[in-house]
Amino acid sequence: MEALLNQFFNLDIMARALPLVLTGLKQTLLLCIVVIPLGLAGGLLVALLSLVPWRVFRWATILAIDFFRAVPPLVLLIFVYSGLPFAGIRLTPLAAVAVAFLLNNSSYYGEVYRAGIESVGRGQWDAARSTGLTLTQTLRNVVLPQAIRNVLPDLISNTVEVVKLTSLASVIALPELLYSADMARSLTFNTSPIVLAAGFYLLMLWPLVRLVSRLERRIAS
Amino acid sequence: MTGPILDIRGLRKSFGHVEVLRGIDLAVKPQELVFIIGPSGSGKSTLLRCCNRLEEPNAGTILVDGVDLMDRRTNINAMRRHIGMVFQSFNLYPHLSALSNVSLALRKVVKKSRAEAEALALTALERVGLREKAKSYPSELSGGQQQRVAIARALALEPTIMLFDEPTSALDPELVGSVLGVMRELKQDGMTMLVVSHEMRFARDAADRVIFMDHGLIVEEAPPSQIFTSPREPRTRTFIAELTR
Ligand SMILES: Nc1ncnc2c1ncn2[C@@H]1O[C@H](COP(=O)(O)OP(=O)(O)O)[C@@H](O)[C@H]1O
Repeated sequence: MEALLNQFFNLDIMARALPLVLTGLKQTLLLCIVVIPLGLAGGLLVALLSLVPWRVFRWATILAIDFFRAVPPLVLLIFVYSGLPFAGIRLTPLAAVAVAFLLNNSSYYGEVYRAGIESVGRGQWDAARSTGLTLTQTLRNVVLPQAIRNVLPDLISNTVEVVKLTSLASVIALPELLYSADMARSLTFNTSPIVLAAGFYLLMLWPLVRLVSRLERRIAS
Repeated sequence: MTGPILDIRGLRKSFGHVEVLRGIDLAVKPQELVFIIGPSGSGKSTLLRCCNRLEEPNAGTILVDGVDLMDRRTNINAMRRHIGMVFQSFNLYPHLSALSNVSLALRKVVKKSRAEAEALALTALERVGLREKAKSYPSELSGGQQQRVAIARALALEPTIMLFDEPTSALDPELVGSVLGVMRELKQDGMTMLVVSHEMRFARDAADRVIFMDHGLIVEEAPPSQIFTSPREPRTRTFIAELTR
């Protein structure tokens, strides 16, 4: 028991690792600030593209969505960071993560938005268009507000997944939360820094997870 | 003699292989209330939806106030605000208050300021007797009240004609009267109206003309007194006999 506590919950080690883990936390927060808005915006774009009435266009969008959902995000990240330089495109680790996540997340967010848009009935379109609103005005003022409200729990759940996925950045040596904690672990030969990092993830994500359950309950009632 | 507000000639509309409107000619004069009756599936709703091009006709011309709706150069969105439409299922925006439901197009289409749009919206709500419900959301209103807000939404844009697509069919019987009351007042105020409905009593005392449609064609048209008591066509007779049974 003593050994277990010492290996996982050693407060001395946690205190010593804290500065390093905090710099990692900062990087993770920075990643989130870049990657989440990009994904939300990219996803919306993808969802709107999949509504375009030209068949070929729509198929191309659906194909791209399927492709980026089927490729593991880790593979995508390594490809963007280590593969693209051979094509003359060299990205910083942050930029590589941004690009890889944009491709992957837009597809997931896109599907969520699409489900939301489809949940808004044809009558809403009819009513808005009959008063002279254009297609874009109808989307912005009538359809999207309802669509987003209908799928808000899914959007947040997806965001939780995205935050967790930011730890993938460690494989391209971007010193985010997990990377820093793991570095502290290898310096101290002790697992406590990892537990500390897990604590920070929990702190970030628990409120979101709670929010999802509350929203889901409200929608169900 | 002024020309018709709505002038439809040779209107045809198909869904896939099925021709739902097979050559409709119909003119509605200013201040006229024209009633359309007919069996379900005869194309009444589609006819109405072609009048503001919610459905794209396959052939024919539609003139509203002399403007050709089918002309490529016609700005359909600018025209639509002059063609009010009221739906069977109300189709109010559930995320907006009654006031915002009515003022949205005033702001976005007519480009009024928020204050102006809301003042006009309140006036429209007043006309349907719901000024005090301006802040309510659709879910807080009865079906009859929702439909009256929907009428106000169309009315606020100062339409030259209003299309009603079975406006009372989704209402509990005790709420029908309030909506018909508003429509009656509109008629008295001189609104031009094209109404698809099964409210025969309303047709009898408010309509100027009743049109009977079957299988995508106008079978018969006559003043209500005539069509309900002595219809010319056998198909009309059968239909009316069934309705009044
Ligand atoms: N969007 C649509 N796609 C395919 N068929 C349709 C569509 N809208 C209407 N129809 C068909 O057109 C016919 C006429 O419908 P409608 O105009 O609603 O008749 P009514 O209003 O007289 O009941 C029906 O057979 C209906 O199934």
